[in-house]
Amino acid sequence: MGRGLVAGLLALVAGLFAASLLVGPAGLAPVQALSALIWGDALAETLVMREIRLPRAILAVLVGAALGLAGAAMQGYLRNPLAEPGLIGVSGSAALGAVLALQTGLAAAHVLALPFAALSGAVLAVLIILALAGPRGGSITLILAGIAVSALAGALTSLVLNLSPNPFAASEIVFWMMGSLQDRSMTHVWLAAPFIGLGAVVLLAQGRKFDALTLGEDAAVSMGVHLGRLRLTLVLGVASMVGAATAVAGAIGFVGLVVPHILRPLVGARPSVLLPASALGGAVLVLMADIAVRVILPTRDLKLGVLTAIVGAPLFLHLIYKTRAQGQL
Amino acid sequence: MALRRASSSLAAALAIWAGAVGAGPPERVVSINLCTDQLAMMLAAPGQLVSISRISQDPNVSVMLEQALGYPINSGQGEEVFRLQPDLVLAGQFTSSYTVGLLRRLGVEVVQLPIVSSLDAIPDAIREVGHLLGQHVQAEAVIADFTADLAGLQQARDTPPRAALHYANNYTSGENSLAHEILTAAGFANIAAEAGLSGGGTLAMERLIMLMPDLVISGQPYPGASRSEEVLRHPAMRGLRDRHAGHALADAEWVCGTPAVLRAIARLADLHEGG
Amino acid sequence: MTGLTLTDFSVARGPCDVLRDISLSIGPGECVGLLGPNGAGKTTLMRGALGLMKHRGRSSLSDLPLQTRAKTVAWLPQAREIAWPVSVETLIALGRLPHLAPGAKPSTADQAAIDSAIARMGLEGFRDRIATQLSGGEQARVLIARALAQATPVLMVDEPAAGLDPAHQITLMQTLATEATGGRCVITSMHDLGLAARFCTRLVVLSRGGVAADGPPHRVLTPEMLADVFQIRAHIAQTEHGPIVQPVGVIG
Repeated sequence: MGRGLVAGLLALVAGLFAASLLVGPAGLAPVQALSALIWGDALAETLVMREIRLPRAILAVLVGAALGLAGAAMQGYLRNPLAEPGLIGVSGSAALGAVLALQTGLAAAHVLALPFAALSGAVLAVLIILALAGPRGGSITLILAGIAVSALAGALTSLVLNLSPNPFAASEIVFWMMGSLQDRSMTHVWLAAPFIGLGAVVLLAQGRKFDALTLGEDAAVSMGVHLGRLRLTLVLGVASMVGAATAVAGAIGFVGLVVPHILRPLVGARPSVLLPASALGGAVLVLMADIAVRVILPTRDLKLGVLTAIVGAPLFLHLIYKTRAQGQL
Repeated sequence: MALRRASSSLAAALAIWAGAVGAGPPERVVSINLCTDQLAMMLAAPGQLVSISRISQDPNVSVMLEQALGYPINSGQGEEVFRLQPDLVLAGQFTSSYTVGLLRRLGVEVVQLPIVSSLDAIPDAIREVGHLLGQHVQAEAVIADFTADLAGLQQARDTPPRAALHYANNYTSGENSLAHEILTAAGFANIAAEAGLSGGGTLAMERLIMLMPDLVISGQPYPGASRSEEVLRHPAMRGLRDRHAGHALADAEWVCGTPAVLRAIARLADLHEGG
Repeated sequence: MTGLTLTDFSVARGPCDVLRDISLSIGPGECVGLLGPNGAGKTTLMRGALGLMKHRGRSSLSDLPLQTRAKTVAWLPQAREIAWPVSVETLIALGRLPHLAPGAKPSTADQAAIDSAIARMGLEGFRDRIATQLSGGEQARVLIARALAQATPVLMVDEPAAGLDPAHQITLMQTLATEATGGRCVITSMHDLGLAARFCTRLVVLSRGGVAADGPPHRVLTPEMLADVFQIRAHIAQTEHGPIVQPVGVIG
């Protein structure tokens, strides 16, 4: 069952990736577009395909996979389906780190300063969330802690952007809060890919430990799970992926909530299978959202987070309602 | 609402008229807009202009920095402007309506000057400010210089090179904008107009590249960092410029309908020889 | 010897010792019932011995490295936690995790251990059911099956009978006794003195931070001990079904 699902999701990612390459305001014919992408046979078309659409599609896959996998991993560790990097302030804190690196000039001085700063912001948020809503914190602690962390990170991001000498900075608060892949370049791909890849490898290797945690922390430890090591791996893995994704695409919420929720029944609820499935599912969701923003409002930069929130927020309410009905809130 | 606005503008008009008839030129003029700052500095008698907006002392956007440094500055807030006890406040069309309304309720005379979106409208703007300040002679002299210099710079070409204005956030200017007229006056065709854009707006980078301009005129970089400006350094744009001339020109000279646009036209015209 | 040996074993919670200088040795084939009133430290003793809590003195189990420990002792906490709606078979298969090499798939031996655990707990018809949708008693049996599937020489269980109906309580205790007969070392905390008397080979009574009594059920379950430790009076009798202990009243 798991293998069929993974194959299906892979096919979906491939199809949407191709569709993403073919959607854009330049209105290129598909054959002409693909020929320009592969052979580089027409100057303008090649520039559009290789420098604008290709990095955008690759980033949609990377960012989506990062958010989906990070959500599934956090949920596996906290055993709570409401744990999502965007909702609990991890993305927001990563955005704050990125904005600080950009506005202090660190990002311009060192290539890696931007992803590392975003990663540091994310680490801080994950640590706060784990400290407050760790093993004995219920859903309500998780959500409240998330609200506080998100609010603080959002406020500080706005403050930093408003203090910037740059006339455009203040208007970019929306980008950092909602996320967008418009006009990204291969530079951003090279910046984010290593961090997301590393985080993915590290987290995917923990699948069985998350499985063991299904039975609670005591049982997991008695089955040989080194909890402290797992926590550290989770913090660094999630922060690395969410940090890099946010640094290049802004904070996109709800991906890590929606994707594992939809896929969980399809993988028999096993966290170890849910991890790779959620990575692929996240890529599917972000690719779809990024195609939709270009189809709905081709001439404007509609933010990705707007679409993911429209899909995700009702689901979030539904989950809260369900959790409440089960008396776990 | 409309009636109230009409009656308040009538009141403002009456106030101007009464001021003009009763007390001669205003003695204390405060400007709270970058463009009115420039016109007022050109035309005001010594001591007549008591404060200009803070932004005029910003070297990134001011075309008259040296002169501006000689004036006290304001940040355009009602309370602060009122304390200067002005006879006349010069504001822009899009100055905060709350500020303008507050000052008017306090009995301060505020005139909002419209955005200038064509070269032809520049003499009118100069004339209007000259009239408001009671500096008719000075205004006519500035207009005469401007008209003569513009005629000297304007060039018509059979096949004008196609240029793209490319600013942060892929912002550009199409027909019916000052930037378009500056570009046209300097002998270029504006690709945003080809794309059907009227006024200011965004042109997706993909479309800009597909139009293959001969020249890309990018906005100047500002201090600090912004995602909006990243498009100016986007590899696709750099790819385009590998085959075309690209030049960052001072935004400041393009912003206001003042004689400073002549400098923008002159810089552009030089690109014909260079490119 | 594979079992549990505690030497001068103490566990502190805050400034006070919950358990003090306990020395105890439990070997294979024993089915030990851990008794004591609420708060006597039954769970603490087991968690400490497993290395889940800080302790002083020695515990032969917590001395083992984590991975070896996981192959030596299976632990079933009292909280019946099943976080995700996994199938019964998937849940029981989790017991094989300590035996799997990284990245390896479950072998036929693993599957055999899973099938045997399912059979021993009578869960044949439940394989594909969703574990979180079962009744409390059924969940308890599934979780015990998981611990059995771990196939360790030592099995430690915290109040497994709580919340089970009489039939399932008896079946459960029979299963644990059978595991002990088969050579395992079984340690289970419990409150039901009657079940303890009938099915355990040895009882350890904890009281006031120490071991109040230790020995075969008929030697431990005396009116004096029950009065002293539990403050109860009980009817104690030897019958053809084994010893009977039925509390009949509270002292004082």
